[in-house]
Amino acid sequence: MSVLVTAETRVVVQGITGHQGTGHTAQMKAFGTQVVAGVTPGKGGSQVEGVPVFDSVAEAVTKTGANTSVIFVPAPFAQDAFIEAADAGIGLAVIVTEHIPFHDMLTMYHYGRLRGTRIIGPNCPGIAAPGKAKAGIIPNVVFRPGRVGVISRSGTLTYEIVNGIKEIGLGQSTCIGLGGDPVIGTSFVDALPLFERDPDTDLLVLVGEIGGTAEEEAAEYLRHHFTKPVVAYIAGRSAPPGKRMGHAGAIIARGRGTAQSKVDALKAAGATVADFPYDVPSLVVQRLREGGTR
Amino acid sequence: MVKLAEWRGKEIFRRYRIPIPTGRVIRSLDDADAAVRSGALSLPLVVKAQVLAGGRGKGGAVKFASTPEELRTVVAGMLGMEFKGEVVKELLLEPKVSVGRELYLSIALDRSARVPVLIASGQGGVEIESLADDQLLRIPIHPFAGLAAYEKRRVGQSFGLAPPASKELGGLLDSLWQAFQREDAELVEINPLAVVEGHLVALDAKVIIEDDAGFRHPEYADIRDDRTPLEEIAREKEIAFVQLDGDIGVIANGAGLTMATLDVLGQFGGKPGVFLDLGGTDDAGKVTEAFLLMAKAHPSVVFLNIFGGVTRCDTVARGLVAAMTQVPEAERFPLVARIRGNNEDAGRDILRSAGVTALSDLKASAQAVVAAEKSRQAGRTAS
Repeated sequence: MSVLVTAETRVVVQGITGHQGTGHTAQMKAFGTQVVAGVTPGKGGSQVEGVPVFDSVAEAVTKTGANTSVIFVPAPFAQDAFIEAADAGIGLAVIVTEHIPFHDMLTMYHYGRLRGTRIIGPNCPGIAAPGKAKAGIIPNVVFRPGRVGVISRSGTLTYEIVNGIKEIGLGQSTCIGLGGDPVIGTSFVDALPLFERDPDTDLLVLVGEIGGTAEEEAAEYLRHHFTKPVVAYIAGRSAPPGKRMGHAGAIIARGRGTAQSKVDALKAAGATVADFPYDVPSLVVQRLREGGTR
Repeated sequence: MVKLAEWRGKEIFRRYRIPIPTGRVIRSLDDADAAVRSGALSLPLVVKAQVLAGGRGKGGAVKFASTPEELRTVVAGMLGMEFKGEVVKELLLEPKVSVGRELYLSIALDRSARVPVLIASGQGGVEIESLADDQLLRIPIHPFAGLAAYEKRRVGQSFGLAPPASKELGGLLDSLWQAFQREDAELVEINPLAVVEGHLVALDAKVIIEDDAGFRHPEYADIRDDRTPLEEIAREKEIAFVQLDGDIGVIANGAGLTMATLDVLGQFGGKPGVFLDLGGTDDAGKVTEAFLLMAKAHPSVVFLNIFGGVTRCDTVARGLVAAMTQVPEAERFPLVARIRGNNEDAGRDILRSAGVTALSDLKASAQAVVAAEKSRQAGRTAS
């Protein structure tokens, strides 16, 4: 087993004829993923990296049995691309595109809930389960099959930490990069139950960032519903206060969202919190050696 | 994030039929004289500096004038003054009104619930953070359903207004919601929403527009009053630019990795200055552009921390070496590069033969950066 993607995952790439879409199609295939279709309206009938291209997602689904979409479509057209995927019965959409207006993401998120389509992202590196499938853009070289789950709000920092886990001699069950935008389709709290249920994950690494309250909410979930050991790292403890909403935003956050509040919440929930990214792998080894649960 | 000055926010309010005082924006003493002489405005007036920072009332950025002489004195004193780092270039003149009650309304995004939320309070005119939870009404708005009539009645009940204000509230709430959605706002805030002679009037306007929606709002493209020339270049090249207090320049790819880089430098006592975030890319051309932009900021030392995996590191290294020769001799600085990804050994060899400290370990790299900065500072003091 793994989380969200499996050996049965059949990927359709929306925006496959673009530079990113083409390059990452090759990388996903090299990872061992079944990339069965691409979609670019007007380019149906052609091939990219040996993958047949269709004019619509519905056609791709009918002809290839695609069940997971990876979306590289530019921001102004991303909402339309997602709705097309959801209407075609795609169950999981990984949206790599960055700079999607959050108003569009609100529409996409709530539309996805109506259609039963889960969104990962936007502006995210996606999902990878070594030895099974990759739906996204995380570099293949950082992975090795193993039993450590990784869940993160970051992009390249995820690669850094996943790579550290590999270099210390361990491997990963599934890694999910959720994306760091204001509105994301799947949050820590949404994804944690999947790792709790996954028999192939022994320990979870959670990589957070300052801002918002996603880590505090994750800590609340860990405390009550999660039995596996957790090692966490929060980026930005030395960063100055960044983008702030106006007063109304501050009210919603209610003074939460600082690195300290996240670290405290995670520690109180039994997680081991690393001070620096390079401390994560040895803490993982330590927690695994201790065995048992939190 | 585009923060709009009050008068721009009020222009939006006007378009959505949210009542505002009839005012005028002025940029010179002559403008002020003309506004009064033409009869467009009549004294007494309130004079409001059009700056983005809050706390204008207490900070002398909002004043009153009852006579033409007083107006000249106030305008002359306010134009060109500095308020929390911003130079005042525009003033909004509005008729002074007698304010009955002051209320609060805003709509912003609730990230966790993934819906917009309307916040209302009967205690407006003060910093909203200072209000207790029980003085605030929070109403989540489902984007597919909009603001329901019963929710609008709840706001009305909590305000306890008399007619005609009570009758105006529903329409005003609809307008605020439409403005939030259609203008792609991150925040629309009215504080205070005043009762003036029985009617509702928005005495202030705070509107923040989301950057990412720029493709459907060309009208906001030119509003970027608060950017330095370097920030402007960075923006055009889609590189995130942040200015901190230190002297170490940091180039990294991705927000999380950039923040982690700051954390790691901090561990060894390093103080970052300008930092550039390339986003998730390790594209060789973009790394080179960032390097040249960084050179313009005159850092003491530069730490380049790129975790790639897609681009070949030797390609990135060759681009960097070529860029280094474009920086004038006198403006060169020590560079510590940590580039991880394909062909990283070859990349390090190329960089080392060009005199760059090229490492693979993050901790060791951060220590090398801090050491290089210290020796440079020492060199400066000695000479």
